Amino acid sequence: MSLATAAEGAAPQQNWLDKIGAGHVILAVALLLYPLVASDFFLTQIAGYSMIFGVLSLSLMLLAGYGGMLSLAQITVAGIAAYAVAILGSNNSNVLGFGWPWWIVVPFAVAAAAVSSALIGWISVRTEGIYTLMITLAIATATFYFAQQNYAIFNGHSGYAGIHAPVFWGINWRDPKPFYYLCLGLAMLSYAAVLYGSRSTFGMTMQAIRDNPRRMRALGYHVTAHKVFAWFLAGILAGLAGVLLVWFNGRVSPGTIGVDVAIDILIIAVIGGLRHPIGPFVGAIVVILMQTFAIDIVGAERFNTLIGLVFLVIVFVSPDGILGLWGRIKPHLAQESLRAGP
Amino acid sequence: MTENLAANRLQSSGAYALELDGVARHFGALVALSGIDMRIAAGERRAVLGSNGAGKTTLFNAVTGDFLPTAGRIRFFGEDITDLPPHERIRRGLRRTYQISQLFKGLSVLDSIFLACRGVSRRRFSLLRPAADDVNMVQAQSILEAVHLEAHRDALVATLSHGQQRQLEIALALAGAPRFILFDEPAAGLSPTERRDLVAILNALPKHIGFIIIEHDLDVALRVADYVSMMHNGHLFKEGTPQEIEADPEVQQIYLGGKHG
Repeated sequence: MSLATAAEGAAPQQNWLDKIGAGHVILAVALLLYPLVASDFFLTQIAGYSMIFGVLSLSLMLLAGYGGMLSLAQITVAGIAAYAVAILGSNNSNVLGFGWPWWIVVPFAVAAAAVSSALIGWISVRTEGIYTLMITLAIATATFYFAQQNYAIFNGHSGYAGIHAPVFWGINWRDPKPFYYLCLGLAMLSYAAVLYGSRSTFGMTMQAIRDNPRRMRALGYHVTAHKVFAWFLAGILAGLAGVLLVWFNGRVSPGTIGVDVAIDILIIAVIGGLRHPIGPFVGAIVVILMQTFAIDIVGAERFNTLIGLVFLVIVFVSPDGILGLWGRIKPHLAQESLRAGP
Repeated sequence: MTENLAANRLQSSGAYALELDGVARHFGALVALSGIDMRIAAGERRAVLGSNGAGKTTLFNAVTGDFLPTAGRIRFFGEDITDLPPHERIRRGLRRTYQISQLFKGLSVLDSIFLACRGVSRRRFSLLRPAADDVNMVQAQSILEAVHLEAHRDALVATLSHGQQRQLEIALALAGAPRFILFDEPAAGLSPTERRDLVAILNALPKHIGFIIIEHDLDVALRVADYVSMMHNGHLFKEGTPQEIEADPEVQQIYLGGKHG
């Protein structure tokens, strides 16, 4: 697998525009101005939802792209944060609901997610490749059934409803525009953090462990500890996405953390591409658009077939996902512009 | 020099970089190593010769802790390291290279060496990017020069030639103040020019760094080693100076053709 390489060298004297990249600035401005033209539906159901799932898939990309660890448990981790928000904050299901303020609930929920993720990681890092996938699938399935059958903590198959996003600074953060900016803020922060972190000492360490764990051990690295720490970091991202997800839906139930959702996240990551942190977001937009509009195109009976076909075509044409496709087209475009130039 | 080392061999345990007492390793019924006794003085450079399957790499694996010996004790600068995990041995200054390059193909040359330096240093979990004047980066830069890879500092490891990968393999072992290095066939697959370069790199290593080199190429082995051990079927069967070994009829028989050609 030729996954994330992050080999772009940084020359010392660059101005901030070069450092961030013109493409990033244009994209950020476009996303900031998007609410001017978009309807509420496109703001939340498409853009906001895509960014939540983008961050979730980004947590998978971090593990798989840089660490070589494929996980199906990212939605489980997000679900733990979502359930924590329902349990520690308030809900209208008359079960638990401590009524803590959001600024206490959110750190606790994210911490619970990150610690659970580290635990899942600690269990699964003794395996590799397909076996990691199987172990995380087992954990995701077990958590799903446990949540469905446990009434004391998870309130069984109905889960929790009536969970509200916070209201502060006179803004209800679940209103379309504030919620969009909330999602955008998280997406941009997560993306920037992963991009920066990929060239940090720890980021390089993970890529080296992915390429050759045995050599890393021989260089004095505690490989398991590094992998578990990567799971912890991925858990923070998944946890934050889980908080936004429960605010978005207003409810959380075993269906939120089902195996079908777990697979969706893997599909998003694979369709987008695992080579660069932008991949999960590209994949999320494509999959969310398909899931939303495939019904209009082919009807309720066949929309999953269409999604499956598109997935097959993308993976068949480019094993590196849409990013890989772009990577192959880009040199041709550059050639064209060279020819067109003076 | 050889006489001095021979004299050292008789001194107390503290003068030895590496001492092996009756080290054995069995894989089921297969005896890969059997009763190896070896004393290597600090700063000594030893070649281990032997045909394929003689147990040379198994010997390295036992010393580095990649797997534990079935019997026997290993001491490193007087300390018993037989039961220590690999990374603890690394932190005491023991390094190795691999017969088949074990590199990080997705990283740049400089970053690889940087990680090797950071491995025995602190801040391994840092989420910050290392500054250009980071102490480990500066070390990496000088190691880069020691193995003649300056021109490829930012190249992806996957794009290096075989010879350059072998040089990087050595660079990773030089990181972080090594006291003793195990070189596992560093010349494998190198061209004659690259071999000369390798001999120059090995002979230019700081004098306090001792090493064992496994090498099939007698020319390379005899030009970098003070003393030679011969292995056959998991046994040490002869030791001597390069001249003695080269002239020994039994060695010629087993190693240089004869029945195992």
